[in-house]
Amino acid sequence: MASPLALVLTVFLVAPIVMIVIVSFWGATEFSIYPAFQFDNYAFLFGSEVTYRVFLNTFKYAGITWVFTLLIGFTVAYFLAFHVRSLKWQIALFLLCTIPFWTSNIIRMISWIPFLGRNGLANSTLISWGVVDEPLEWLLFSDFSVILAFVHLYTLFMVVPIFNTMMRIDKSLIEAATDAGATGWQTLWHVVIPLTKPGIMIGTIFVVTLVMGDFITVRFMSGSQSANVGRMIQNDIGLLQYPSASATAVILLVTVLMVIGLLLRLVDIRKEL
Amino acid sequence: MSEPRPKSFYALATFFALFLIFLYGPTITIAILSFQGPGGGLTFPMRGVSLHWFRDLFQEQAVGDIWGSFSRSFTLGLMVMVTTVVVSVMGGLAFRKRFKGSGILFYLIITSLVIPSILVSLGVGLIWSQSGLNVHWSTSGFGAQLTWTLPFGLLIMFAVFNRFDQSYEEAARDLGASPWQTIRHVVLPIIAPSLIGVALFGFTLSYDEFARTLLTSGSRNTLPLEIFGMTTNVTTPVIFALGTLTTVFSFLVIGLFLLVVWWMDRRRKAQGSDAGQGLV
Repeated sequence: MASPLALVLTVFLVAPIVMIVIVSFWGATEFSIYPAFQFDNYAFLFGSEVTYRVFLNTFKYAGITWVFTLLIGFTVAYFLAFHVRSLKWQIALFLLCTIPFWTSNIIRMISWIPFLGRNGLANSTLISWGVVDEPLEWLLFSDFSVILAFVHLYTLFMVVPIFNTMMRIDKSLIEAATDAGATGWQTLWHVVIPLTKPGIMIGTIFVVTLVMGDFITVRFMSGSQSANVGRMIQNDIGLLQYPSASATAVILLVTVLMVIGLLLRLVDIRKEL
Repeated sequence: MSEPRPKSFYALATFFALFLIFLYGPTITIAILSFQGPGGGLTFPMRGVSLHWFRDLFQEQAVGDIWGSFSRSFTLGLMVMVTTVVVSVMGGLAFRKRFKGSGILFYLIITSLVIPSILVSLGVGLIWSQSGLNVHWSTSGFGAQLTWTLPFGLLIMFAVFNRFDQSYEEAARDLGASPWQTIRHVVLPIIAPSLIGVALFGFTLSYDEFARTLLTSGSRNTLPLEIFGMTTNVTTPVIFALGTLTTVFSFLVIGLFLLVVWWMDRRRKAQGSDAGQGLV
């Protein structure tokens, strides 16, 4: 029964990874690539200061996005799970939060232009309120807009798993805490958050890997002015430098898997489904 | 009567409302701006109201092969949807027992979910080009997208089967049903609403997928690729009009799926037996 699954994953997941690892040792001319076994691509990568800066930038995006998506996602899920009282409303509002997931990310990125542009809504509002005299230039095509778009696109990856774990918390535990004299904050900190940890971890894995592997949001929202690892790979692909792109991809994959391995030590996903 | 709502409720409700505005505000804005007058630009103010930009979409070829790419995306979405449902159900059934390699396969599913999408795109593209094949959306693109939709389908199936009451199957077996009959007449009807969910994931994730199709679809673009191409050279609200149309289309698809789930649920309740309910 599992053979179709194994077949698809072998051909379109395992084989591509193997291929990338192989090609990462190949050589390239300006027009073509040729089989070889050389460490030039890696040597170049590790010897270049740009690589470290770009990786640092990638971690920066992932870290900042993680903080915001976690805070927003937790608050939203908490409201849905503990303050909305009827199941019908919970489902309806939950769906409202998840529907954008099934629409196009690219369109959702484009949608920020009328807001953040030089003559966009944000600037004209700020000017009319007298907060600033001139339009702010850093609203669009900056790190700010990149992170805003990440938070916009990926917060629901936090909401869904956190809401899912919260719904399984036995409400009598909360009552017990209240009866024992705990304040709202104490209940939140000592009861709800520890029990929600698995959901938080799963959301974290989603957000961190999506941001670390992204190239399109960074390219579009920064107006090609910022770089992360995905952009670096895409640049090489554009120049037909597949071996060098592959080497970068291998390092990216190893980095992502290491981060996940670290997170998985903290939670057993299989138990939480 | 229920107790009065605590103060925190109102604070959180406000936060939630703001979150929804954050989530939907931009989309609504471009929907409004797509009705710009012919002289209008990408931002407010509106210079008149018209259907000019929608008409543009339907007329000229200047904006590229939109309808061709739409029909490719739609076909591909259906292909991915059907495959995702079938493979996920089979995988879900298989994973109820341990089998040889189940541990490895589970980790592959997780890897498939978290691997940066550009790796799949690059790897599949390289395999195709090195074996002298031409990448095409219906072969390499199709497979690359499955690595994104299958993990979601399988995770849903795992969740479903974790909660599945196996006594139904035992009952069917005791009554002499063959394994296939048990699946066909007992298991599938019970998990049907979840299958609609898997289908929704399969179709919409494929329809909107960009990164995994980037290097695997060849010269014939899917719609997200076409739209992305437009962002670099189209500076008129025609792109908002297209964005609005595809978002409306996505909403229709989501609505349709939700409607089917709701309808199945109702039918089940109407047909459900009340045997035993008077006993307790």
